[in-house]
Amino acid sequence: MVNPKTVKILKFHPEKCDGQLGCEKACSNVHFKSDEGGEKSAIRIIKDGNSYKMHVCDHRGLCIDMCPVGALKRKKNGIVWLDKNTCIGCQACVGFCPIGAMRKSDERIEPFKCISCGACVRACPNGALELVEIEIDKIKEIVYHNLGVK
Amino acid sequence: MGKGQIPTEEYETRNTKHKWDYKKIKQAHRIVFKYSFKKGKVERGYANRTLYINLSSKEIKEKKVTEEMKDKFTGGRGFGLKLLWDSIKPTTRWNSDENELIITTGPLCGTTQYPGSGKSLCLTVSPSTDIICDSNVGGFVGPYLKFAGFDAIEIQGKAKHDVVILIDGEKGKVLIETAPLEETNTHQLNEQLTKMYASEDTDNSRQKVSVVSSGKGAENSYWGCLNFSFYDIRRKVPRVKQAGRGGLGTVLRDKKIKAIVVKVEKVSGISNNPADPETLAKIGTKLHREIRDLDRYQCNMRAVGTAHLVEIMDEYDLLPTENYRFGSFPKASKIYSPEFYKHFTKIIPDGCWHGCTMACSKTVDGFTVMTGPYKGQKVTVDGPEYETVGCGSNMSIWDPLWILEFNFYCDTYGLDTISTGTAIAFYMEMYEYGILNKGRCDNLELCFGNYEAVLDLLHRIARGDNGEFIKVASKGIRRVKDWLIKKDWGDKDLIEDCGMESKGLEYSEYVTKESLAMQGGYGLTLKGPQHDEAWLIFMDMVNNAIPTFKDKAEALHYFPMWRTWFGLNGLCKLPWNDIEPANNAETDDPTKVPEHVQNYVDYQKAMTGKKITKEDLILQSERCYNFQRAMNVWMGRGRRKDDWIPYRSMGPVTKMEYISRKDRYDKYITEKIGISEKDIEKMNINEKMKLLYDFRQDQYQKLADAVYYRRGWTPNGVPTPQKMKQLGMNDSKMLKILQDEIDKDEKAGLNVWGGKYKKGEELPSIHPNYWKKW
Repeated sequence: MVNPKTVKILKFHPEKCDGQLGCEKACSNVHFKSDEGGEKSAIRIIKDGNSYKMHVCDHRGLCIDMCPVGALKRKKNGIVWLDKNTCIGCQACVGFCPIGAMRKSDERIEPFKCISCGACVRACPNGALELVEIEIDKIKEIVYHNLGVK
Repeated sequence: MGKGQIPTEEYETRNTKHKWDYKKIKQAHRIVFKYSFKKGKVERGYANRTLYINLSSKEIKEKKVTEEMKDKFTGGRGFGLKLLWDSIKPTTRWNSDENELIITTGPLCGTTQYPGSGKSLCLTVSPSTDIICDSNVGGFVGPYLKFAGFDAIEIQGKAKHDVVILIDGEKGKVLIETAPLEETNTHQLNEQLTKMYASEDTDNSRQKVSVVSSGKGAENSYWGCLNFSFYDIRRKVPRVKQAGRGGLGTVLRDKKIKAIVVKVEKVSGISNNPADPETLAKIGTKLHREIRDLDRYQCNMRAVGTAHLVEIMDEYDLLPTENYRFGSFPKASKIYSPEFYKHFTKIIPDGCWHGCTMACSKTVDGFTVMTGPYKGQKVTVDGPEYETVGCGSNMSIWDPLWILEFNFYCDTYGLDTISTGTAIAFYMEMYEYGILNKGRCDNLELCFGNYEAVLDLLHRIARGDNGEFIKVASKGIRRVKDWLIKKDWGDKDLIEDCGMESKGLEYSEYVTKESLAMQGGYGLTLKGPQHDEAWLIFMDMVNNAIPTFKDKAEALHYFPMWRTWFGLNGLCKLPWNDIEPANNAETDDPTKVPEHVQNYVDYQKAMTGKKITKEDLILQSERCYNFQRAMNVWMGRGRRKDDWIPYRSMGPVTKMEYISRKDRYDKYITEKIGISEKDIEKMNINEKMKLLYDFRQDQYQKLADAVYYRRGWTPNGVPTPQKMKQLGMNDSKMLKILQDEIDKDEKAGLNVWGGKYKKGEELPSIHPNYWKKW
């Protein structure tokens, strides 16, 4: 198996964001065939004073080592992918994601996450979102606790 | 293996690879009898039926689980008790044809969202104690059994030849097949069966197979454990967890069962079909986050598992050393958890059921076996857990590698590490005193620290060695005590006081000498001295939070009931208090971990859809707890005399022990017994030891008085029909038995307090026969 070297992740330009959340709606359409956005979207745009913040998976992959059934994998294109047919809905990845980017909707027991599909990028009329390629080794993290932090 | 994010297929354990002729092994199978069942759906945590198999009469049938059964017995261990009550006799012994081996699940078992939700509860009449022993265990069998369609499996009778029992949830079939060519020892047998019974030759398919097995050691001892497998898709080995206590594996092999294989078609996050999956996901995620953020500052389970306790116990003088004579040792740091951390494989989700992020099931992969039939091979060792390391210190073995070796062979031979270690520690002490010697031990030099002799003993047990010592030693401390006394090789009192067993079961690995409440936690138990009922040492001894008999009795009511609840539901106790919310210390009752208790209320509610309160949880337990005690009474072992504990667990048996804690004991005599310091100085050590002995024995009896009263039992420890009725347990046969036994006690003058009360000392109740008024 060839281990991918790079991955495309989302980059946000808050100055271009108008807060209309077209990105979230596009995302929930990808994951749940729904235009609701919000809880059903893997990307969240949050108001931050006069500006906006983006909250989404950065593909550091810490969750991969959490999955007991191997449902989380890094795909050939570098993205961290949850195979929902293998997933047994334990929420370990949801609980352990350091930034809360692995999400769970009441729709189904299996979580969902950003797959860098670009639907949100295409949905934004202002170009506030962009997919950028970065090296996996620079972002990669592992979960193991090294005998406490004392 | 430090880099992480390794694709599952690229993980490598460096274990020795085996090649077996699977075709030949399969061809040797012959179906003895079989049964087809309609695949069912689990509803709100219950499959609503149990499976009965009789190996003697070749009968298989389903039993319906009624709403009444759920209301009274909840599930898990409760169901096990109910099934046994309907099937065995008071005279049933471990090897009687009608004795049953029961594996149960529980309504919350198999949940993936909440950590620690994959426990099976196993019950049988134990060879060690002649009463029911219950033992909980992780691994995939329990969840799979339920998802295959059954809340419990009940196996009665004995097969003529070695068989494998297959419960196939994929095809809806139960097959009893002869299995002459498979290995018997767990690590090899499980590898064979997992591969043979998987529907496809893939790791995901193998992960849907789980095996119950034991080993050669179980055939030849009373320490047989059950190994429950959980296939690890990264290591590509079926790992195992043990239902250790009470000789369940011995019963498995006596029934000529080589293994029980359970397989499922699919596992999902809602296989239990909970009433409210959203709430389950929410409370589960909340706990995952607590573990993520706090475990490394609290128990460090994710890094070293329960072995983190070794250094704590050593620090507090509680680590059993040289057969519980001491609680700490200068060499102990050699077996602290960092020493095992060095060997553990990292970066693998080490839960024994899916979704358990406590992840305490650590392993050492690629361990090179040093002795015995597998010498030179590289294997995966599951553990060691704290108890197994504690066996190391108890036998004065201070080398992590030899503890791993002991751990590996106990597991694969199907021996309970706790009983084995505690018993050998006792034999070693007897060896030190010359009560045993090389000649009497069939040529084994069983002195403290001799790890080679320990392993030799295990191998000889597994081989079925006929030496007189090997034969009796493998039956445990109680039988060896009787043997030594009969041979007249030593002082009877010394032998009785040193051997750490109660009810015939060996103690687990904590020194209880200075904590009266913990003595009760081991002695005033149902199955024998195991710490799963109550662990009160810190509360009692370190924090002095339960100073009076009444306080201690309350703790010995609440905690055993609370901990019993996990077993009724198919849960592990660890995620209750081995991780605590950050603000736990500021709550009203930190020892109960109120926030987590509320989690469990919400959890059971979300699963079953029934309205419940935290008081209901205790009531569920109280029903089953009293039912089990009543069954003990029925089987002749549920009285005060049966709650006897050896003096080694109460105080210093030998002068050496007294001297090792002289300041503590001298002070104790002054403060508690009221002898002035001046008078103590005039006393010799024998006089002081006698004083302490009498005082502590009396304290234990007073504790029993208070506990029996709190639990609603007679002063002789019998649950009363009045109490049973209060709890809603109205089985008329049981009520009559209890009344008859109480009447017998009354005639024999046994319904009296056990403590010697001086003027001014408070009795638990001034009314004799207090229970009659309820």
